[in-house]
Amino acid sequence: MGALSFLDRSHTIAKPGFSRWMVPPAALCVHLCIGQAYAFSVFNLPMTKLLGINQSTPDDWKLTELGWIFSIAIFFLGVSSAVFGRWVEEGGPRRAMFTAALCWSGGFLISAIGVYAHMLWLIYLGYGVLGGCGLGIGYISPVSTLIKWFPDRPGMATGMAIMGFGGGAFIASPLSVWLMSTYSTPTHIGVAETFITLGIVYFFFMMVGAMIVRVPAPGWKPQGYTPPAVPQKLITQHDVFVYDALKTPQFWLIWWVLCLNVTAGIGVLGQASAMSQEMFPGRVTAVAAAGFVGLMSLFNMGGRFFWASTSDFIGRKNTYFVFFALGTVLYCLVPHTGSIGSVAAFVICFLIIISMYGGGFATVPAYLKDMFGTRYVGAIHGLLLTAWSMAGIFGPVLVNYIREYNITHGVPKAQAYNTTMYIMAALLVAGFVCNYFVKAVHHRFHMKTEQEGEHLRARAAMTSEPAGA
Amino acid sequence: MANEDQQGTTTLQLVLAWSFVGIPLALGVLQTLINAMKLFQ
Repeated sequence: MGALSFLDRSHTIAKPGFSRWMVPPAALCVHLCIGQAYAFSVFNLPMTKLLGINQSTPDDWKLTELGWIFSIAIFFLGVSSAVFGRWVEEGGPRRAMFTAALCWSGGFLISAIGVYAHMLWLIYLGYGVLGGCGLGIGYISPVSTLIKWFPDRPGMATGMAIMGFGGGAFIASPLSVWLMSTYSTPTHIGVAETFITLGIVYFFFMMVGAMIVRVPAPGWKPQGYTPPAVPQKLITQHDVFVYDALKTPQFWLIWWVLCLNVTAGIGVLGQASAMSQEMFPGRVTAVAAAGFVGLMSLFNMGGRFFWASTSDFIGRKNTYFVFFALGTVLYCLVPHTGSIGSVAAFVICFLIIISMYGGGFATVPAYLKDMFGTRYVGAIHGLLLTAWSMAGIFGPVLVNYIREYNITHGVPKAQAYNTTMYIMAALLVAGFVCNYFVKAVHHRFHMKTEQEGEHLRARAAMTSEPAGA
Repeated sequence: MANEDQQGTTTLQLVLAWSFVGIPLALGVLQTLINAMKLFQ
């Protein structure tokens, strides 16, 4: 392991004079790359015509088959962040970023072989499984490091990184389209070459982040920063061991808070284009709907930074109260915007809703830090991301099936989404209740000393090999 | 690796690091904004 010793946590400890403002760009190097996942749909249509070129042949892949690639990747995002969270936390951010870069770019290269050989299972394995692991490890890799560098503004710091995940699609989408057009010929669609190029570019970009990143020296504090003299009720000064966090009601309440907030947002995010056109037939064209989706993506990204930064001032619990209360009101208003024919009101409602969807992702690491301390926050965050995987399955299914049910029962298309909006509002009410019950973690879960931490880690290593492997 | 940290972070390093991530992101956002304007046409 000598050649790879530069990846060790000990080699990433910052020396005096290192600026903490170098760490957010390092985190963004990773998150901007893995955020490509949101733009994967640009490959869907070209991949349905790899054999037929101009039109699909019976042997070409179907859209429904290709839809599984993204779903598998998001599933493995949740699984890998949960399984490898503790390894990421203890191995340090550089090792995690390096591993994420290998998985992410390796996923693209395997997928390129899958496209060449026209074997879909290779793409499921490459982009879905391996790339999904890169997503999970990369997503959590900078979180606890940022929180340790910015104890005065943890929400803003993690918001910046997670904003990058929302923004990655803005780069990936035009870049992928341009690469495909460059590599394509009248007899060939350049998807495989695009995958290879993206794999190489993303590996380089993520490695820059891995080389820049540093962890603060033990006991480091920002200049002029003094921790609050009077302990705040919902911000702990103690740490909770990663697996002990699972035994607390707070973990599961926040799990549901994230799951419900994401379910409500993700369902409409995927349907925004169709919904706007069906609710305002003849007034919102396909081109305008595409513009609406782009605007939603911008608010999804901006909301991550805005709401996470706001949470530093108003508190995490209050921030989620805003998401759930305001979200409920806005979802209930959407059907009325359709009935009065106000496109502007409809757009405003959804832009605010989607900003809070992004804000939910970005605020949750700081919420966990407040509840469980900084020591294992990355690993606990990894476990919590299983809520995202769950929401990724339920959200779109809920929206699609309710719409189908309504249409088959004679509801006009313009009103087919009304029931869905009220169900989303109900989900947010449930989230509000979960958030209400989040209290400070009981002191029996707190790690007492560093020695106890070592003992717990040793015990866990004997009983659960994968996390510590 | 250790020696480069001893001198602390320079302004140039900060500008380079932020430009490395900021420029592609800004270009992507600009492109998306141009597309989003079609909603108002």
